[in-house]
Amino acid sequence: MTANKHIKTTKRTTSNPLKARTGIEGFDEITHGGLPRGRTTLLEGGPGSGKTLMALQTLMNGASLDNEPGIFVAFEETSERITANAAQFGWDLPALQKKKLFFLNAQPTYDFVQSGGFDLGGMLAVLEAKVKEVKAKRIVLDAVDIVLSLMSDPAARRRELYQLHDWLLSNGLTAIITSKANLSDDDVGAHPQMALLQFMVDCGVILSHAVVGGVSQRNVRVVKYRGSAFEENESPFVIGDAGLEVAGAHYTDESRIEVSKERVSSGVPRLDTMLGGGYYRCSSVLITGFPGTAKTTLCGAFAEAACGRGERTLYVTFDSDANELIRNLSSVNIRLRHFVKSGMLLTKSARMVTGSAEIHLMRIRNLAQKHQVRSLVIDPLSALSNVGNKETAMGVAERLIDWAKLSGITLVCSSLLQESGQVEGTPLQVSTIADTWIHLNYLVLAGERNRGLSIIKSRGTSHSNQVRELILSDAGVTLADAYTAGGEVLMGTLRWEKELAARTARTEIEAVTKQKQAKLLTDEALLEVQLKAVQLELEVKRAEKETLTRLGTDRKVELAHGRNHMRELRGVDKK
Amino acid sequence: MSKSIPFKFRLYVAGEASNSTQAITNLRSFCREVLDERSEIEIVDVLREPKRALADGVLLTPMLVKLSPAPIRKIIGNLNQREPILQALGLDLSAQ
Repeated sequence: MTANKHIKTTKRTTSNPLKARTGIEGFDEITHGGLPRGRTTLLEGGPGSGKTLMALQTLMNGASLDNEPGIFVAFEETSERITANAAQFGWDLPALQKKKLFFLNAQPTYDFVQSGGFDLGGMLAVLEAKVKEVKAKRIVLDAVDIVLSLMSDPAARRRELYQLHDWLLSNGLTAIITSKANLSDDDVGAHPQMALLQFMVDCGVILSHAVVGGVSQRNVRVVKYRGSAFEENESPFVIGDAGLEVAGAHYTDESRIEVSKERVSSGVPRLDTMLGGGYYRCSSVLITGFPGTAKTTLCGAFAEAACGRGERTLYVTFDSDANELIRNLSSVNIRLRHFVKSGMLLTKSARMVTGSAEIHLMRIRNLAQKHQVRSLVIDPLSALSNVGNKETAMGVAERLIDWAKLSGITLVCSSLLQESGQVEGTPLQVSTIADTWIHLNYLVLAGERNRGLSIIKSRGTSHSNQVRELILSDAGVTLADAYTAGGEVLMGTLRWEKELAARTARTEIEAVTKQKQAKLLTDEALLEVQLKAVQLELEVKRAEKETLTRLGTDRKVELAHGRNHMRELRGVDKK
Repeated sequence: MSKSIPFKFRLYVAGEASNSTQAITNLRSFCREVLDERSEIEIVDVLREPKRALADGVLLTPMLVKLSPAPIRKIIGNLNQREPILQALGLDLSAQ
């Protein structure tokens, strides 16, 4: 509830002065701010499509949120019945009725008798008095078709409609006129007064209620909106515990999201390492895989880790009973029972619950808000696409992710892939908007079926690119080291063999290396010795050569000396 | 029968609107021709007295309310068809 309030108060739609917000979750987004202020909106729909409820909710929110007094003119149901119905949604109309919300009963009673024509002039005079008295800003004319059907003269109907519309405009009222619709657009000829009204008003909204695949599906569509852009497609809506809720925004106001850098554990330490520390808080994690690839186990591991951190967690399972789930997870040492007992973990089995994806989303949100969860597990999310309208299921998954982000909830969902031929994607195509996508697969090799885990993407984190083997044992869940051979990741026995072979090979290589080293050392020593001997020899030779040269020089000098001396001795020549 | 008890009517009209003026004329002639003037008519103009109309729960005009004899009956319209009026007042059609 608090999260809900937070969203409401921060809605950017409050600022537009030309629009009167309805306060209906989602509807203000598809109309880019609400209904045209001071103008008339025609709200059409089949019986039980939620027209009265939507009109009343708009009026009530106008009074309580924007302090705009409103008048509800009831042509069909009595105001007593309407307020009694509203009480079921927890709307405290009696409190508002004292000052800001007024009901006028205008329905022809059961003993009502008609004689001749009548007009709305008196009603408008009466309404005008009331509008002035309470300073009304909004007005609802519920089931105006009832009154119009009493007018047998088409000219009179046309005249009264013009009068009514003029009156609403001149009083500056934000008005909603509800009317039973012809449902098909091309059928307007059958109700010319309605066609006229459709042309007159500034905004037209159609509510429809269909059954798709045995599941109730309500849609709202804005058919016209003068002077404003609007979402033209049908948007699914539900009538929930608190009134209408429209699957509106396909975009998220990014500024409202608090981006967290905090990491939270996936419950599998080695997976955390692969992810660079774990999942980001408030991110959405998608785990895809074929049946039996341990998606639930990973979900359970996350839930256990979240509860262990003291975070309130909601585990929604579509596959099995909650007690079965806890028993099955305990076989891989994921212990959740005590967290359930302490109230930290809330498990909800939605296996037997029928309803459209919208209904499921609403229930999940309500539970999550009631339980004030920080972590949410939905296992599997693909169950949503199995019921009702598949197109809306996609929108639901998107809104679930957006909502979880806005509410600060870390979301882990699994998604079942049906056939192995399928591309790595999910039936709901959530994979594109999920922050982290972990894919589980079977790898069949050498007569074994082993589980492989790979991280296909993880926004904002560096992550391992390797396919790892996921090992489940009664000691817990872990990932094995990767062994690759010839481009294949080895798993199971092959991995073990490879590990063994690698060990043996390592030992062999070590031994050979040692031998080689020894031999080399020997060679080296030998060569060094040889080198020394040669060097010594060289030195001897050099010395010899030197001696030889010196001796030669001495002799020449000696000879020269000798000759001179002899001449002197002979005394023949004078010097 | 209840020939001695006079009918009390209140007719809510919206000013000079054509259905309203017709209703006054039609009611008067009805009272004169069918009821031999055994009737009291009060005319309330909702344009002048909107709060009273609001309090009485009258939104569609013209509206004729038979106050007595009981039960109270409401007839909407300009009263140009007598048959439904006679039925609403519980008067035997053969009396006419």
